[in-house]
Amino acid sequence: MRSPLGRAVGLGSAKEGVEHWWLQRITAVALVPLSLWFVIAIIRLVGADVDTVGDWVGRPLPAILLVLLLIATFYHAALGLQVVIEDYVHAELTKLGLVIVARLGCFALAVAGIFAVLSMAVGMSS
Amino acid sequence: MRSADRPLSPHLQIYRWQLTSVLSILHRAAGVALSAGAVLLVWWLVAAASGPDAYDGVANFLGSWLGLLLLFGWTLSLFYHLCNGIRHLVWDTGHGLDLKSTYFGGWLVVGGTSVLTLIAWIVGIYSWVS
Repeated sequence: MRSPLGRAVGLGSAKEGVEHWWLQRITAVALVPLSLWFVIAIIRLVGADVDTVGDWVGRPLPAILLVLLLIATFYHAALGLQVVIEDYVHAELTKLGLVIVARLGCFALAVAGIFAVLSMAVGMSS
Repeated sequence: MRSADRPLSPHLQIYRWQLTSVLSILHRAAGVALSAGAVLLVWWLVAAASGPDAYDGVANFLGSWLGLLLLFGWTLSLFYHLCNGIRHLVWDTGHGLDLKSTYFGGWLVVGGTSVLTLIAWIVGIYSWVS
């Protein structure tokens, strides 16, 4: 019988806490200009048809910024959702399951979004 | 007493609401809402890549009352999480952590969120109508 503290003392940390914290901040800093740019860009596209949107997304600068936005957004979301799940879900198996779902979901959505942007960019040049 | 039976602190039922704690929990709520909103972004991009039929489906949904309500909530959440996120980044440098600064920054975030959301929607509606 050992207390949780007794088992942990002397082992040191898993050395992964800082990485999570730091990447949350790096993606946050990236998202400040990216999300402001995105809102302005979206407002300018209000009411646009599919060809106008496709042409705009396919241009180099919007395409690059959208891919960066998708990567930063879903990385930031995966880290943030994990913290929320870990804080409020206390059943170990449910917690693990939800963290996996959040991680895989964010990854899949990022891939889908990036693919859509790239396909419009490639469609432009062909 | 088992650890699960121990009373939790703070006692949320009798705890007095403060600007700082309300903004703190709203930051999380907005973050979760934005994660859901990001699904909308991907749906919009994939539809635009798929062609006119798929895109019209998204455009019609976003133009409906439910769609506009979601977009308004998304804008509000985005500007709030953005402003309060900057407040968090300032805190991370070790600045503005005293009581007076946390309240000042908090009201600044409330004001900034309101102004940015209003500007975005006024400009958005103006460009939609014209």
